[in-house]
Amino acid sequence: MNVRKLLLPALALLLAACAGPDRIVLLPDDQGRVGKLNVGNAGGDTLLDSAYATASASGGHKAEAGHTDADSVHQEFAVVLAALPPAPVSYTLFFISDTDDLTADSRAMAPAILAEIAKFPAAEVVVIGHTDTQGSDDYNDKLSLDRAGAVKQQLIALGFDASRISVAGRGKRELLVPTADGVPEPRNRRAEILVR
Amino acid sequence: MKATRLGFLFATGILATAAAQADDIAGIFKVVNGGVSVERKGVALPAAIGMAVYQSDQIVTAADGSAGITFEDNALLSLGPSSRLALDRFAFNSTTHDGVFETTLRSGKLAVVSGKIAHHQLDAMKVKTPNTVLGVRGTKFLVEVGG
Repeated sequence: MNVRKLLLPALALLLAACAGPDRIVLLPDDQGRVGKLNVGNAGGDTLLDSAYATASASGGHKAEAGHTDADSVHQEFAVVLAALPPAPVSYTLFFISDTDDLTADSRAMAPAILAEIAKFPAAEVVVIGHTDTQGSDDYNDKLSLDRAGAVKQQLIALGFDASRISVAGRGKRELLVPTADGVPEPRNRRAEILVR
Repeated sequence: MKATRLGFLFATGILATAAAQADDIAGIFKVVNGGVSVERKGVALPAAIGMAVYQSDQIVTAADGSAGITFEDNALLSLGPSSRLALDRFAFNSTTHDGVFETTLRSGKLAVVSGKIAHHQLDAMKVKTPNTVLGVRGTKFLVEVGG
């Protein structure tokens, strides 16, 4: 009798009977940065700290380190990777001095930005208004909130659910370009739109 | 157009809340494909885009299902087909960024982009599988439970 003929089906049965190991793959993020993962269990710890480093663990044994590549990952994990939600994004719009009216440049950009925001599924939006350092704290607190409110109104006009948009005014507390008090600075007259 | 990837900066200091309570929203479904449900207090609810998830929920995908959730700390998680993920613990303070984020992948495939909880505090984010506990120090990774 041919031993090999018996052995192969037996081996196949054995493999089918035990579940495969748990697998972990560390990926570069969208900016190309690579983090770290500690894969631990009763058998010990395995540290993953390079792109496409892998760990496989089964039966309480210490995870075995290994390596894969981008092509294999995109084949094996295509569906789960495609289901990742979009990364949070921020946009900045600028205003005319002492008003909640957008500058001509920002007014021209606004439709494209708002259209990008509209692509986010079930978007949660935070709008934060800012001013330059001209004027009092109280005046700028109100002006910054008015700027955020003006952006919120544009979003609502486009059909956004008002309950998904929160606004805040930071006055002259968070300058994009640091200046002394009382200095006109167009880049500080702005609203940040944070979307996720 | 100025578009900045936010990473860990989303709404820092805004939306300030007290320490998170157990009934606070943990995350929101942003992607739902095929059969996806949430098991909450013994009841299976069909998932939909915009639906909230909470600590103690289990997310279950069918053979044709996949789902993506954005969490309050900006972490992004997605599940592949035939997967089950338990949200064991979730708490996040948006002012201090203190928090805890512990999940268990019981079956299937999980993709993670960690958020402010993992960035702020070493080992505050953990993913368990039947054979391992992952201490997450960032950022993007995949997990598959064998079987």
